[in-house]
Amino acid sequence: MQEILQYLFSGLTNGAIYAVIALGFSILFNATELINFAHGEFVMLGALCLVTLWSGLHLPLPLALLLSAAAVGGVGFLFQRLAIHPVRKPDHIVLVIITVGASIFFRGLGMLLWGKDAFAVPSFTRKASVEVAGAVLTSQSLVIIGTVGVLALVLHFFFRRTLTGKAMEACAISRRAAWLTGIPAQGMVLLAFVLSAVIGGLGGLIIAPITMCSYDMGTVLGLKGFCAAMLGGLGSLWGAVLGGLLLGVLESLSVGLINSGLKDATAFLLLLMILYVRPSGLLGNRSVQRF
Amino acid sequence: MSGIRRKPGVCGMVMAVILGFLVVSPGDAPAAEVYKVGGIFSITGPASFLGDPEKKSMEMAVEAINARGGVDGRMLEAVIYDSEADPTKAVNAVNKLIHKDGVIAIVGPSNTPPSLAVLTYAERAGIPLISCAAGIGITQPVKPWVFKTAQSDVLAVAAIYQDMQREGLRRIGILTVANAFGESGAQQLKAQAAQHGIEIALAESFGAQDTDMTAQLTKLRSQNPDALVCWGTNPGPAVVAKNARQMNLGMPLYQSHGVASPKFIELAGEAAEGLRLPAGKILVADLLSADDPQKAVLQDYIRSYAARYQQPASGFGGYAFDAVHLLAKALEGSGGDKQKIRQSLEQIRGHVGVSGVFNFSATEHNGLGAEAFVMVKIEKGKWALIP
Repeated sequence: MQEILQYLFSGLTNGAIYAVIALGFSILFNATELINFAHGEFVMLGALCLVTLWSGLHLPLPLALLLSAAAVGGVGFLFQRLAIHPVRKPDHIVLVIITVGASIFFRGLGMLLWGKDAFAVPSFTRKASVEVAGAVLTSQSLVIIGTVGVLALVLHFFFRRTLTGKAMEACAISRRAAWLTGIPAQGMVLLAFVLSAVIGGLGGLIIAPITMCSYDMGTVLGLKGFCAAMLGGLGSLWGAVLGGLLLGVLESLSVGLINSGLKDATAFLLLLMILYVRPSGLLGNRSVQRF
Repeated sequence: MSGIRRKPGVCGMVMAVILGFLVVSPGDAPAAEVYKVGGIFSITGPASFLGDPEKKSMEMAVEAINARGGVDGRMLEAVIYDSEADPTKAVNAVNKLIHKDGVIAIVGPSNTPPSLAVLTYAERAGIPLISCAAGIGITQPVKPWVFKTAQSDVLAVAAIYQDMQREGLRRIGILTVANAFGESGAQQLKAQAAQHGIEIALAESFGAQDTDMTAQLTKLRSQNPDALVCWGTNPGPAVVAKNARQMNLGMPLYQSHGVASPKFIELAGEAAEGLRLPAGKILVADLLSADDPQKAVLQDYIRSYAARYQQPASGFGGYAFDAVHLLAKALEGSGGDKQKIRQSLEQIRGHVGVSGVFNFSATEHNGLGAEAFVMVKIEKGKWALIP
């Protein structure tokens, strides 16, 4: 029993990180129908910015967090303006390949700026771990799970209650129609990129203290986040959260109950099965074309 | 063949190129003034922590040898390629070194999979290759042209098990990284357990990029072992150490020589306290007793590396440093004849290097003994020698 609880805690922590990354995928997909394969690199950039600003320059933590998130948002802005916006024939496949190229570029940039070594970041709080029935939940895990909850609520509010959020959703449904009603569609796309990058960076910020930060950390995280978004239903806010948590818990349980060597295999097999039964994901409601 | 029409002149061009190669073939070139030595290291990519110091150390060793007049009055020249830890790129690099650059010997690759991939090429071409990788499969069974300078996993496992025997630990759990380094470690840990009277209760693994190993540790703890062995290279083992500290694991944690660098203490922070691991002597060079034969060599290497690159030296660079010096020794009087170099390498005895004291023979192409490793533990963020 104690073990199962520990697997759950570990799975929820990891899953919450996947959920944050999945949220970034979903928001961008919602506004542009684009899957950004460079999203994992935003996570890496967020974590490494924090390494520099907090551990390196010793800025106060809140300021370091804010500046890091802003920096990653800036990268997202430049990415959209310089790489996505000027594309003459914005075919879907072209844009997706551009994002793949961008991910390689960001990784190279990360390696040049921060070197090839990994960095460690101390925990945000000095509080000790919480123990529940013999299973340990670290303070940073609580920070991570809390962040996901708050982030999902804020985004929910943004999309349902604010004009900008609604305009963004309108663009997602039909960009031309939205443009005709006077919504600056281009601006909305740019905003979606920046928002998605900031959320990716945020993922990097909260994950930094529990793992090691290096220039190549983003790829695997991006992939896991993408799977989580698919599992929950691409474009669905709560789907991304659910998908992330489910993937994390599945991984952790498959380590505990089956074999750690099969961790990724088990989790992805289940994911395939779920998508086979529900091709649109758990909470997705779009019609999906089968190939 | 319909539809394909050869352009006229292609044949002629090919002929010209082939003739061109024949004219500049290395045999009769006036380049006999220098000895070209090839290097293949994972300078970038996931194993750059190995390849980067190896490249620097090779350059440093070549400079030092040239500064004292070269070998038999002839200078050495290093031709170094980056394999990015990729076996395919390493094979390309070996072919380039042999056929284009015309090197007389090759140092590297840095890790086991590329080393295993290239050794048949070196064998076929008849060119001495001194690998810097740990895998035991590189020199066992012995291949005439292949040598290596890195300590094998076999020796590291033996060092850990001997320490466990002293401490009275019998039942252990192992946690290895899911790549070639971890697989090889797991294999050796299992193979040598019985002869040291140790029982492996449970073997688990983790992905090199995983962010949390709490689940694996929980499962291992449920078996109530006396101790845990974690086998991997940075950053995974540092995460394991952190998780173990958070969970209050309450049992000794052993790490492998794969994390034997100051970087690990930096990454794991407080969680590194009390960890035990086998390490090359370079880590504790200043703590060694004065009669240790390696002490002078080690201190000299550490000093010159730090002076040349403004970075602390690591044991990894030592593999390439030793390889170049062994090669220089074997080159003496060979006149660049590869067969002679190979034979003199096999006859080197008692060469004091950074990684240990090398005693090569026709049946031993690694040449290191168990004393190449010492057991260390981490105390107050510093390495301490376990007697």
